Order: sequence, then C-alpha cells, then structure tokens
Amino acid sequence: MNMLASYLTLAAVLFCVGLYGVITKRNAIIVLLSVELMLNAVNLNLIAFAKYGVQPSITGQIFSLFTMTVAAAEAAVGVAILVAIYRARASVNVDEFDELRR
Amino acid sequence: MSSLAEYAWLVPAFPAAAFAILTAMGRGAGRGGAWIGTLASLASLVLSLLLAGQRVSGTAEEYIGHFDWIRAGGFALSLGYEVTNLTVMMLVVVSLVSFLVNLYSHGYMKDDERISTFFAYVALFTSSMLGLVLSYNLLTMYIFWELVGVCSFLLVGFYFRKPEARAAAKKAFIVTRIGDLGFLIAILLLFWYMPGHALDFTEIHNVFGTQTGVISMGITTLIALLIFLGAVGKSGQFPLHVWLPDAMEGPTPISALIHAATMVAAGVFLVARTFDIFHASQAAMTTVAVIGAFTAIFAATIGLAQNDIKRILAYSTVSQLGYMMLALGVGSETGAIFHLFTHAFFKALLFLGAGSVIHAVHTQDIREMGGLGRSMRITAWTFGIGALALSGIPPLAGFWSKDAVLAAALEASPVYFIVGVVAAFFTALYMARLFFLVFAGTPRGDHHGHESPAVMTIPLVVLAVLAVAAGFVQTPFNGWFGEWLFPGAAEEHANVLVIVASIAAGLLGIYLGWLIYAKGTVRRDVVSSRMPGLVRVLERKYYIDELYEAVFVKPLGGLGKILGAFDDYVVDGAVRLVGRSASAIGRLNTRLQNGQLQTYVLTALIGLVILAVAIAGRRFW
Repeated sequence: MNMLASYLTLAAVLFCVGLYGVITKRNAIIVLLSVELMLNAVNLNLIAFAKYGVQPSITGQIFSLFTMTVAAAEAAVGVAILVAIYRARASVNVDEFDELRR
Repeated sequence: MSSLAEYAWLVPAFPAAAFAILTAMGRGAGRGGAWIGTLASLASLVLSLLLAGQRVSGTAEEYIGHFDWIRAGGFALSLGYEVTNLTVMMLVVVSLVSFLVNLYSHGYMKDDERISTFFAYVALFTSSMLGLVLSYNLLTMYIFWELVGVCSFLLVGFYFRKPEARAAAKKAFIVTRIGDLGFLIAILLLFWYMPGHALDFTEIHNVFGTQTGVISMGITTLIALLIFLGAVGKSGQFPLHVWLPDAMEGPTPISALIHAATMVAAGVFLVARTFDIFHASQAAMTTVAVIGAFTAIFAATIGLAQNDIKRILAYSTVSQLGYMMLALGVGSETGAIFHLFTHAFFKALLFLGAGSVIHAVHTQDIREMGGLGRSMRITAWTFGIGALALSGIPPLAGFWSKDAVLAAALEASPVYFIVGVVAAFFTALYMARLFFLVFAGTPRGDHHGHESPAVMTIPLVVLAVLAVAAGFVQTPFNGWFGEWLFPGAAEEHANVLVIVASIAAGLLGIYLGWLIYAKGTVRRDVVSSRMPGLVRVLERKYYIDELYEAVFVKPLGGLGKILGAFDDYVVDGAVRLVGRSASAIGRLNTRLQNGQLQTYVLTALIGLVILAVAIAGRRFW
C-alpha cells in the first residue's frame, strides 16, 4: 500500500505542476506541454491503481494506452492550430487570443 | 290599473341616459348636445309631476320595486326604489329645479367651450340625486350618496384651470368624505344589529318606530349620531360647513343646483328618512337640534360681513339648513321637509338671480355693484321676491316654512326659539344689505348691467312665482302638506307669538338694512368703527378655516410627507435595491467574461475547489 501512496503523490505533484503551467504561462506551446503533463499524471494514477489497487486488473494499463493515443492526437491538432495562429497573428501569447469575447 | 309608480325608476334613468349619451359624444356634442340633458330633465320633471298627481289624487299606491344585487347563502343585498309621498315630493323639487337650472345654463354657459361636458355632469348630478331620493334601502341610498359627492367634485372643480376651483373641489370632496365615513359605519352597524340584516326603510321604521327595544339604547344613539355625521358633512352643518362657501368656485347654476335641490338637501333628507332611529334616542335628537340651531345663527352672522354675492348666499344656505336640522331635532319632520321644499325654490331663485347679475357685470363683489335695479328689472324684481321669501315676510313661502320650524322649536325649548328668531333677524339684515347694495343706489365702479336673455329670466320668473305660492300648501290654518307627507304626525297649531316674532324679526332686519345701506341714516361703519375686532372675526368666518388649517391640514400634511418619504425611501428603496443588486451582480459577471482562457480555467478551478470543500464538509458534519 505504501507504494500506491508514493505513486499517487508523484501523480498529484505532476498534475499540480501542469495545472500551474496551464494557468500562468503566456506561451501557448508551454501551455500545451503543461496539459500533456496533467494527462501523464492521470496516466500514472491509472497504472498505479491497476497494479496496487483494491482489485488489480489490466484495464487501467489499457486505458492509459488509449489516453496516450488521444494525447498524441490532441498535441498534433493543438500544435497545428498554433502554427495557423502564429501565421495569422505573429504571436503565440495566450493572453492575446481573446477574440471570442467580442 | 297598472300604476305609474312601477315606472318611477325612469325618473333618474332619463338624466343618466343623457349623461351616457353626452359622454359618448364627447366634446363634439357642443351646444346642440346640451339640449339632450335639458330634454332628459324635462322628461324627469313630467314623469315626477304625473307621479305626484297620482299620489295627491290617491290613484297610485305606495310602491316598492327591488332586485337582489348580491346573494350569498340565505341573505341578499338588494337595490331598489320606493314611491311614497315624501319621495314623490322630493322628485318634483329636484327635477323641477334641475330643469330650470338646465334651461338657465343655456344662457349662462353659452360661451363655454366645455358646455356639453357641463351638461353631462349636471345630468349625472340630477340623476344621482333623483336616485338617492327614490332609494328604498340605505345601501342604494349610499351608492347615490357617493355619486352625488363625485358630481359635486366634478362641478365645483369645473373651472379646473383656476387653482382656487381645484382647491375648492378637493375641499368639498374631502370634507364631505368625513361625513360619508360616518354614514358608512352607521350602515355597517345597522347591518350588524338589524334583525335579518335588513337595511330598507320600512324595516327600520318597524324596528325603531314600533317594536322598540330590539336594539339597545347605546347602539341606537351611536347609529343615529353616525348617520347625522353623514348629514352634517353633506348638508354643510357646523363643524363641517367649511366646504360649502368654497364650493362657490363652481359655475353659478351649479351653486343653485347644489344649494337648492341636490347635495345639501341630501343630508336633511337622510335624517328625515331615518327619522325613527333619531326618534328612538333623545340624546341624538338633542344633538341634531343643538347643532342645527348653532349652525343657523353662526352662519347667519358670518353672512353679515361677507362681500362676495355668492358667499353671502352660501352662508345663508348653511344657516337655513341649520333651521331644517333644528326642526328635525325638535321632532318636526314636517317643518324640516316643508322648509326644504320652500327653500329649494327661493334659494335656487336667489342663486340664479346672482348668476344673472354676475353674467351682466362680471364681478362678484357687491361693493362694486349698485344701481342695477334700473338696468336689470326682471332680475331685480325676482331677486327681491326671493330675498323677501328668505327673510320670512308673509305671505311668501319662506314665512310659512320658517314659521313652522319656529313653532316646533318653541314647543321644545324657548332657547331654540330665541336663537331661531335672532338668526331670522340676521337673515333679513344680510339679505337687505345684499339687495340694496346690488340693486339700489347709484352704480359704484364702471359696471353697467344689462338684462339677461329670456332663457335665463324665464326660470327666474317661474321660481319667483313658486317662491310666492309654494308656502300655501302648509299654513298654520291648513296642515294639508304635513298630513300628506307624514300621516299621523303631530298637527301644527297657529301660534300668535311665533307669527308676530318672526314677522317682527324679518321686518326689523329689512328696515335696519334699508336704513344703513339704502337711506344712509345710520352710518355703515357704525359697528366696524366701534368694534373692528368683531367685524374682522366675522369677515374671517370665525377663523374656522385657519383653525382647521393649523389643527388638521398641516399635521396631516406633515404625516403625509413622512409617509410619502417612507414610501419613497423604504418601500421604493427596497424595490430599487433588488433591481440594482441584480444588475450589479450582472456587471460583476461580465468582468469575468474577458476572453482570457486562463481566467476561465482559474474560475473553473476555484469552483471545483469550492465544490470539493462543500462535499468534504458535508461528509464531516
């Protein structure tokens, strides 16, 4: 059980670091990376519970594979959008993208 | 034979229909439309006269027609009309005066652009008063009673562009409202205590007149006094007389209508109609007599010192109504109604005559008139007849009715009699002053009168004939009128003392007035130079208006301001607070919608934390 706590702690720390990055960083690429960090923290949780949980099973590991796939796709789409925005605005600063307000 | 009495409801219905038509036509009706009102009042008059003819000849039965207005369980509130000798007599008086006033107004209001509105109001006023007279129970009467109040408000404030007229209209409405409230409470008390919740006059007569003791003495007195309060308000008795002189701001024909037939007569009529209640309570009777006697002399003294022709007549009305109340208070219904009957004719005559004078010289101040007798012969003659009738000079109508009142007063108490005779002396004096200042002597100021058109003088002549003749229906030697109205009422006896005293008071007053204002042997300032204070008190009407202003109007106005402030700041403030706080929250929220993705994330995070804390908190509590 001790092992589980360590993994969960590490995941929580990773998640918080990612969240902090999402909220504070101006650079859109770093924001995307921070999102990846949060996803990986979740993956860590899934795997930790799959191995040391109350009912260990393979489901958690499979689920984390799915997550990685989706994350890869998300990163690809996200970076593509960023490139497009950079071409249009010559900037990757998140706080300048507030068109939806109007 | 189907009696005409069944169709008595048509009498008030004609003017009501005229009012509806004139209102529907709007101001476009013009002078032609005004004749609709006149025709309606003529129809009412004809029907009233036919009814009266049937009653006098004895071919018509007394008749009550009513229908249930509200039915709830076992009991019903009903409205209806009743034809008796008293109501028929009142119908004739009201419709006759109303018709003559209508006719007269065609001349007097000729150049007014709102003439059709005026006739519409007059029609409604007439209709309300006729309805009031016909009512068979107190509820119906109260409805018409209030309608009369509304109409007086509309007509007194007819020249609403004048601030005085607006103030007078409000005053008339508010002051009479005090009395109306008393009347309403009396009706509610009667409703509560009467067996079977009956409110009709027949039942009231049975309960209070024949089977005494059904309702306790205290309650009877209370009901009688509250009804009397209503009558005091409407009939301008002290202390609620203040609205009546101010009501002179209305057009002069309206003053004639209010003072002769409608409105003020309603109070006296109400007391006469519910007389059995008063009869059952000695305290109530004494109150009525004392208030009446006091008002009679009080208003007569004020009338001595006024300079506005209409105001003098107004105080004279207040004083004469005091006589009627005095008669009721000493138990003489006959005297009161008889005086009401004759007074209606000569007071209408006097007001219409005053209107004719005002029409000619465009002022109301008698000090600026004079010598009008030469240029306005018909007006002067008829006005003189009216003044003599009011002063109680035989054989004019006013003499007989005043004689009946004074005889009844003497039987009750010599004090009432002396007050009545002194008031009669003052009455003769101020009428002489009025007549001589207006019609005799040489013109003061640059007013040269001209006679009014025939449409105005014909009503004057008709009323003058009535002012001469109307008294003969009831003389000390011939009690036909009283016997017809109130069968079985006490017979009046010829009393030489009363006749001599009232003639002496009248003649003395006129002689003194002649000496002072026509001949000039007694100087005009004979009183004012010696007692300037007294004259000023009379001119200022005993400072009653000022007293009310200080005691009631100002404090109540202050209270109104406080309540108004409470409404503005507390009630409205609460409403505004709700509205403003909603829009403030909205403004706060728009600041959150700044388009910054990271702010949204942060907000979502904070929300999540709050949710988590709340769930965790519930777990632990």
